[in-house]
Amino acid sequence: MNLSLPEASANAPETDALIGALLLLSLAVLALVFGLMLLYVIRYRAGSRIDRGKLAEKSWRFEISWTAATLVIFFGLFLWGADLYVRLFEPPADAEKIYIIGKQWMWKAEHPGGQREIDTLHVPANRPIELLMTSEDVIHDFSVPAFRLKRDVLPGRYESLWFRADTPGTYHLFCDQFCGTDHARMVGDIIVLSGPDFRRWLAETPSSEDLADQGQDLFIRYGCSGCHGGNGAGGLSGPGGTAPESLGRSPQGGTVRAPSLVGLYGSPVPLSDGSVVIADDRYIRDSILEPGSQIVASFQNVMPSFAGQISEEDLVKVIAYIKSLGAGGRS
Amino acid sequence: MSDIALTPQELEASTIRERPENYLNEKLSLASWLLTTDHKRIALLYFASITVFFFIGGAAAALMRFNLLTPDGAIVSPETYNRLFTMHGVVMVWFFLVPAVPVTLGNFMIPLMIGARDLAFPKINLMSWYLFMIGGVISTWALFMGGLDTGWTFYTPLSSAYARGYVVPVAVGIFISGFSSIATGLNFMVTIHRLRAPGMTWYRMPVFLWSLYATSVIYVLATPVLAMTLLLLAFETIFRIGVFDPTLGGDPVLFQHLFWFYSHPAVYIMILPGMGVVSEIIPVFSRRQIFGYKFVVWCSVSIAVISFFVWGHHMFVAGTSLYSAIIFSLLSFLVSIPSAIKVFNWIGTLHKGFIRFDAPMIYALGFVGLFTMGGLTGLFLASLASDVALHDTYFVVAHFHYIMVGGMVSAFFGGLHYWWPKITGRMYPEMWGRVAAAMIFFGFNLTFFPQFILGFLGMPRRYSVYPPEFQVLNVLSSAGATILAVAYLMPLFYLGWSLFWGQRAPANPWGATGLEWQTQSPPRTENFTSTPVVTEAPYNYPPPEAIQREKVESGEHV
Repeated sequence: MNLSLPEASANAPETDALIGALLLLSLAVLALVFGLMLLYVIRYRAGSRIDRGKLAEKSWRFEISWTAATLVIFFGLFLWGADLYVRLFEPPADAEKIYIIGKQWMWKAEHPGGQREIDTLHVPANRPIELLMTSEDVIHDFSVPAFRLKRDVLPGRYESLWFRADTPGTYHLFCDQFCGTDHARMVGDIIVLSGPDFRRWLAETPSSEDLADQGQDLFIRYGCSGCHGGNGAGGLSGPGGTAPESLGRSPQGGTVRAPSLVGLYGSPVPLSDGSVVIADDRYIRDSILEPGSQIVASFQNVMPSFAGQISEEDLVKVIAYIKSLGAGGRS
Repeated sequence: MSDIALTPQELEASTIRERPENYLNEKLSLASWLLTTDHKRIALLYFASITVFFFIGGAAAALMRFNLLTPDGAIVSPETYNRLFTMHGVVMVWFFLVPAVPVTLGNFMIPLMIGARDLAFPKINLMSWYLFMIGGVISTWALFMGGLDTGWTFYTPLSSAYARGYVVPVAVGIFISGFSSIATGLNFMVTIHRLRAPGMTWYRMPVFLWSLYATSVIYVLATPVLAMTLLLLAFETIFRIGVFDPTLGGDPVLFQHLFWFYSHPAVYIMILPGMGVVSEIIPVFSRRQIFGYKFVVWCSVSIAVISFFVWGHHMFVAGTSLYSAIIFSLLSFLVSIPSAIKVFNWIGTLHKGFIRFDAPMIYALGFVGLFTMGGLTGLFLASLASDVALHDTYFVVAHFHYIMVGGMVSAFFGGLHYWWPKITGRMYPEMWGRVAAAMIFFGFNLTFFPQFILGFLGMPRRYSVYPPEFQVLNVLSSAGATILAVAYLMPLFYLGWSLFWGQRAPANPWGATGLEWQTQSPPRTENFTSTPVVTEAPYNYPPPEAIQREKVESGEHV
């Protein structure tokens, strides 16, 4: 029986320290509660002739002091846990993004280079990795006990989870949210490789094209290029409607006025209601599926919804393509 | 009122040889039971029903623990396993734990403890039982017909769009029985407000009544939210109206918010009455005034209030916002403080007492220990970063079973033994009561302590198969479950035996204060021959020096 669990990520020792502190506090309180109960039931059992003396008066003094002590200790634990959690929520800017798609009952992973995996995820050690996760059906939960991490994977939106694995090895991946018949078999392996091993793995793993190239084909197939232009540079007389010559591609030209997608990813987008959003994966995803929900300032909403028309896997590729349209077009 | 524990001679003397008319033997026809408006008889109807539900839920748990003996699942398919744990959760939560203490011990004791003839609305009380039974029969019928595989939490869109099985019938059963909770809560609140005997001021009420009052507030305020949630779920499942399913434009997390807005306060519906029972038992068997009476009763009220503001801690990893997680974490720490204060006060009550170890007291001391463990492990889940590691693992399973089963079921059995002489007019066999209490404590810990470790090692909840390294701990847990099953069956036999052959109980076998002990055992249908008048605070046992002086004077050697 092995009662230890490897600490395979940078945050695992920090989480374990918090759990350790909670454990120590619990043991101390249990020792106090069981100790006093045992002491009193022996000392003050009905048959004992021990002199009980007078009862303690002014019980409110005890009440105030143990209430205050509990309050202070609990507030400290709250701060400790919250601080660590906030850091778990903020992925570093340079984190490598990997897409995870859950479905009954398997995990699919899409690497930026186009490598695909099922029920296995290879990641490099000592590099921040951000997982962008969504589900094709019900709610799942991506849980890696060795990293002390988990996050629910919801249909209809991207949830992100980031970590920095630090010990090469193979670790359990569990689905932690009950998802139907074979929930218990929705398990897999997280394989942490050292930097060189990971590069070798990437090179040896067959992939037709990288995600963005596959996305470019889909961009045309789904008809996006009809309005947004063959290179995403915008439709008729939209901003950036005439593509820079340096691209060396002829815009196929749209018949509808549509916003340019060049340089969109990561940039602020002014909306028609006056607010501004940052165009991240979530925003682009929402704009494809629910174009009417966030309309770019000075444009009419004429785009049809793609909800139900495009699979999660194709969405990931289209987003990767749009992401690749840097400020100067595809590099 | 001032008498301390009766000597065997006195006990014999006060034993009633010839049974006077009482609520049990006044009328004997089946109709006199099924159409009764006597709160005591209705309590017995509830006792019979929840006992059946408890053993149905327990049988499902036994099959689950048996299946988990081997990593590949020893006896049933994953499909069946999923239906078993759903059945276990639904039956245990809604048809045993939520009603358990209030509708049985509460129904029986509230009028007796405040010196009243009956509850404020006796007919509504009977209607509550019928609603409970209609709901319970519909749900358990659906569970036996094939059940459903959503877990008791019904998370969408699994439950509304993907689950195969009787989601709607089970939800309808829970919906109907919810009206029973609401009616019971209203009935209790009005009774406690309006029917207290002369002199029974709020601060002269036993703690048990304060607990039931706080529980009733939650019944009345939280249950309607569950009803609405289940209705929305049924509408989405039947008419495909998009509320929770994202493919219909709904929000799956909205269901979790609504569900836990009921179900977290419901956790306190389950535990507050247990705390009340223990607060009755410990003073009686310590011969002491309860320590910090006002703190204990106001802690019950503040638990009921704060319980409505902590539901978000079920969703720390479910995609809610960072800020809401931080607020809900803080509030979850806050709700544990009144519970901690209660534990300190129970221990304070033992201090300088004259402690006796009758079976109710052993159950109550077991409750304090197991509840403390359940409460402390709750801190691991209220704290954000540790919750990320432990959420949805066996750690959570162990944590809430320590509260619900270790705590609540121990308190239920403690109260059942404590008031058994009053309810039935017979004493239970003391030795068997003590053995069962000790076995429950031991079997419970063996079953659920290994699950804390399993959870830390990462074993997820609701797995019908698991990686082989978790087997040893699972076998230990299943072994404990066997002991627990035997321990839970024992009271069924010895309490059943005592109904016919137990020693006749006097009016006040424990020498307890409290109005319920001033009338005969079992009480007459009208409860009291004349309205009692209350002149002093509850638990007014003589101070230790007085008992000691008496003992020295009478030359008693124990």
